[in-house]
Amino acid sequence: MKNSLIRPFLLSAAIAGSFGFYALNSKPTVVADPNNAGLKLLPGFGALVVAETGERARHIAITPQGNLYVKLNRPTKDGKGILELKAGPTGKATVTGGFGNYGGTGMVVKDGYLYASSDDDVFRYKLDAKGEVTNPTQPEKIITGLINRHQHEGKSIALDNAGNIYVNIGAYSNSCQVKDRQKGSLGQQNCPILDSAGGIWQFRADKPGQSYGAGTRFATGLRNVVGLDWNAQSNQLYVMQHGRDQLHDIFPELYDTKQSAELPAECMYALSKGANAGWPFLYYDPIQHKKILAPEYGGDGKKEADPKYLEPAVAYPAHTAPNALLFYTGTMFPEKYRNGAFIAFHGSWNRAPEPQKGYYIVFQPFKNGKPSGQWEVFADNFAGSPANAIAGHPDHKPCGLAQGPDGSLYVSEDKAGTIYRIVYNQK
Amino acid sequence: MLALLVLGASPAFAQKKTPAKAPAQKAATTGVPAAVLLKGKSVYTQSCLSCHQADGAGVDGLNPPLGKTDYVLGDKTRLINVLLNGLQGQDINGEPYHNVMPSQDYLTDQQMADVLTYVRNSFGNKASVVTVAEVKAVRGAKK
Repeated sequence: MKNSLIRPFLLSAAIAGSFGFYALNSKPTVVADPNNAGLKLLPGFGALVVAETGERARHIAITPQGNLYVKLNRPTKDGKGILELKAGPTGKATVTGGFGNYGGTGMVVKDGYLYASSDDDVFRYKLDAKGEVTNPTQPEKIITGLINRHQHEGKSIALDNAGNIYVNIGAYSNSCQVKDRQKGSLGQQNCPILDSAGGIWQFRADKPGQSYGAGTRFATGLRNVVGLDWNAQSNQLYVMQHGRDQLHDIFPELYDTKQSAELPAECMYALSKGANAGWPFLYYDPIQHKKILAPEYGGDGKKEADPKYLEPAVAYPAHTAPNALLFYTGTMFPEKYRNGAFIAFHGSWNRAPEPQKGYYIVFQPFKNGKPSGQWEVFADNFAGSPANAIAGHPDHKPCGLAQGPDGSLYVSEDKAGTIYRIVYNQK
Repeated sequence: MLALLVLGASPAFAQKKTPAKAPAQKAATTGVPAAVLLKGKSVYTQSCLSCHQADGAGVDGLNPPLGKTDYVLGDKTRLINVLLNGLQGQDINGEPYHNVMPSQDYLTDQQMADVLTYVRNSFGNKASVVTVAEVKAVRGAKK
């Protein structure tokens, strides 16, 4: 009660204060590039190139002080798998440091630590009051010995607010066939891959040296998840699955190339402990709006899967490869974006010979911690042109998302290594 | 004002568009009969295109390109064995590719010879034909 009376007062004081600040200091502020960094954005939004790293920038994270950490898919020539960038007043950043001689994907800042993953392990580094890593050469290895068979090898990570870390362990297979991706090869019975992969594992965020024995298989039946984030409103983990490939190549008598391009959907799932999304036994058909029995397990494109498996929360276009998920909690963007999800789609390859698709950032509205309403493309043209996108030759492939302390949305990509910052600048 | 800027930016951007890359599908001039290339292309479209793409450029980090690589242009026995056995975990031109290439041994000797000849003479490649006898010999040695 008291708070609500005081709050408007504080707010107006803050606004007055900030106007004063800008009036007194004619310092340059963050401005969008004249061409919005080549992106197509919704009205009121602008974008700038923060930095050109020239590296395969996977996931990114930002400290409360604004230091940007970038996880590289493989280390630079001088052995740096994580880059540190600092921005000047206009938002343009320079690389100020690097460490961690391993490639990987995962990068998260949480409660005074920087978490990073290789394709086998998860590390954490202590951050000081300035957002600097204090132990760049001696991180704690909190998780170790995760399966890595070079397919779906990225160990994406997310943390909840109860001291747990969630790790994707992708299936080292397309659809758990006896012979992976082989035409006509059927599914392995009970899919033994699921014992050690094809799911999300939960570990403690503060305990060194954990492997499978110390963790819990939190959710299974997920082929490969690159984008995942904790939703603090519903207190739930949301993940984006990369759906299976090559229905036509493997079962040409059941699927033509057009069907193969549109099936299956890339799905968002809301996970609770013990959830089973059904890979490899099913895929989600976004045209029939049904969970369909996989042809490797006796399906014919119409037979429905066992209803016991988890229903997707939202279905997105096939093969567009969602590589990052971020729940937006900032106040820079208009109200409708608050607590909604941004999703970075890396873009397709498995739609050929049909036109390729993706290479954009989607906004998915949420209400009370649940998806609510139609998604829309929020930032497009990472490909550089529609022709580049259709041909599958994009200039940029969005891969990571992070929210800046001021509510800006940062995007990393692993084709040219560009780091973008999207701002809202309409008053 | 800012909305105007945003709107103003998009036509400017459209002008900067680079023209779409011409697909590298020039017919070979090595004296390979057009009919062989046509048959090879048909096998390629059916069995190879979805991963290696229509222009043979492959997919970054997943499926290797077929243009100007030693794997395609070099030793024919090794190349035939890639079709017979599949391939995984090999760097191509110094780059890792993570998808599994399955065995294509359901193709006939004729189909293998045609598609390999097509690949060796497409996507900017120019190399000798692969004969049915060569495929037969490698397949025979495998048994």
